Amino acid sequence: MYTLSNRLRLFSIILMVVGLIGLVIGFAQRPGSIEEVKQMMASHDAHGGGHGESDTKTYSGNTVHEKDDLEKDTHSGDAHYEHILHQLQNKPWASLYVAAFFFFMIALGVLAFYAIQFAAQAGWSPVLFRVMEAITAYLVPGGLILFVILALSGFHVNHLFIWADPEVVAHDKLIQGKVGWLNGTGFIIRAAIFLGGWLLYRHFAVKYSRKQDEDSEGNKWYKKSFKISAGFLVFFIYTESMMSWDWIMSFDPHWFSTLFGWYVFASLFVSGITTIALITIYLKSKGYMDFVNNSHIHDLAKFMFGISIFWTYLWFSQFMLIWYSNIPEEVTYFITRIEDYNLPFFGMLVMNFIFPLLVLMNSDFKRVNWFVVMAGIVILCGHYIDVYNMVMPATVGKSWFIGISEISAVLLFLGLFLFVVFRALTKAPLLAKGNPYIEESKHFHY
Amino acid sequence: MASKVIHALYIDDDVLMDAVKKVREERYHIEEVFCPFPVHGLDKAMGIPHTRLAITSFMYGCVGLTVAILMMNFIMIEDWPQDIGGKPSFSYLENMPAFVPIMFELTVFFAAHLMVITFYMRSRLWPFKKAENPDVRTTDDHFLMEVDAGKHDVNQLTSLLSDTGAVEIKVIDKEEDNH
Repeated sequence: MYTLSNRLRLFSIILMVVGLIGLVIGFAQRPGSIEEVKQMMASHDAHGGGHGESDTKTYSGNTVHEKDDLEKDTHSGDAHYEHILHQLQNKPWASLYVAAFFFFMIALGVLAFYAIQFAAQAGWSPVLFRVMEAITAYLVPGGLILFVILALSGFHVNHLFIWADPEVVAHDKLIQGKVGWLNGTGFIIRAAIFLGGWLLYRHFAVKYSRKQDEDSEGNKWYKKSFKISAGFLVFFIYTESMMSWDWIMSFDPHWFSTLFGWYVFASLFVSGITTIALITIYLKSKGYMDFVNNSHIHDLAKFMFGISIFWTYLWFSQFMLIWYSNIPEEVTYFITRIEDYNLPFFGMLVMNFIFPLLVLMNSDFKRVNWFVVMAGIVILCGHYIDVYNMVMPATVGKSWFIGISEISAVLLFLGLFLFVVFRALTKAPLLAKGNPYIEESKHFHY
Repeated sequence: MASKVIHALYIDDDVLMDAVKKVREERYHIEEVFCPFPVHGLDKAMGIPHTRLAITSFMYGCVGLTVAILMMNFIMIEDWPQDIGGKPSFSYLENMPAFVPIMFELTVFFAAHLMVITFYMRSRLWPFKKAENPDVRTTDDHFLMEVDAGKHDVNQLTSLLSDTGAVEIKVIDKEEDNH
């Protein structure tokens, strides 16, 4: 049995408290009026010098464009500052959203991976099942928090989703055509269905796994796990795809990409597998999980390597077609990112592709724990930036920077994640001893 | 100088694996093992050093990537620039995304083909090569372990081999065999 050390508990609580305080500061620092924005920008220009020029370029992200034009008519000169005001007011919300989604996505990726192990009747992985179950425990609090944020956004308490703003929709023919799908009520109902389905599977999968330990006679519970896992995977791949349209792609409601669901899936899958590897290595270093040998770590690292390349493949498939066809309403998505988010956009490619490719290519390195940890941390940061790149250009546009609200939001959810996951680890023995493949898994080697 | 080798035949891969471990424990030298199919972990049990094929594969991949870059630069940019889809090809970097599939494919092509050819050369295999396996049954359902008798006592070695579950043991004079 794992016991949560006081140091880890304290560490996660400190992270949460610091993150919460930082977020409150972030929200409090939002400019309230155009005058404050002007003042902020004036002081910024004073040290930055020349920064203002790039800000006055007429180009802006696709989704905010309409709003921009609209406001130009009424406010003329101040429209630009008003625009920046809205972006800066959005910023703490958007950073909260990115962090909430990122940690939720890790747990969701692990849930999908867990289900695949059952459906595939994998023999190598059962020794890792308790770690996976513990990580998916974060789906409950993480999902609830995300649901609240989504509800607030869907009903336009904040301005994250411009389709939630009736004034924008009234002047936007394209969004009007999508109102049947993109409306607050439907958004929340769908979110409830997605989350409900995933949590339901999580509840029963963990329950059956525990029951199988107590009573492994005839593998009755294992067979049930197998059945619900197969069912869940069908449900998951549809809902995950729709979730990616709702929760991420709709930040840019004019833009669409048909492989977006897969792209987000690759991101959440690789983040989830990386987290399994990191937590397993941590537990091993603390003297738990002796039954995990370096072949298990090797396999996890192979998945990290492979899915990183899979992610790049999807990223590039999406990018190249849009870049090549050069259709204005499509390509604006990437132009915004390359012009305004150059460093995070290309930096993420280095972190998510080139770095894991070179570091994890050698098969011996995949067995070296500190190599896997180092690659894993870079991959996780890279996928945070990936989510950041998906959300921020449509919500804060050019006014982005990694400031107090971004860092605090990550700390808050990291603290919560660690707290929930490691508490869940204490709830059951670390070895799922009733699993019919547990012996095979313990002797797994090559 | 005539060297004696012993051929021990097995009919099960698990028995073979245990036999290999035992023979090596007794400090005999295993020349070669002939199998009808790849036996998992046999190379480790025999103490064969890890293959360096992966390193050559990486280098061939790098060569392929370089060839693709230079080739596309020559074809599409230097030799015959064309305007495809409103993207005039005057700069390699600006047209690079269009070349990525070719870069990928040639990397894989070079790595795969040259690695296979290297493997054949390293294993001394080529078309019309005469088979080296000493017993045709190793292409069907038998495993053959070739142990160097050297200066060891042949009787002791054969009794050890029969203890490990060999179904047939032959003492072979190698020099004679080769002619």
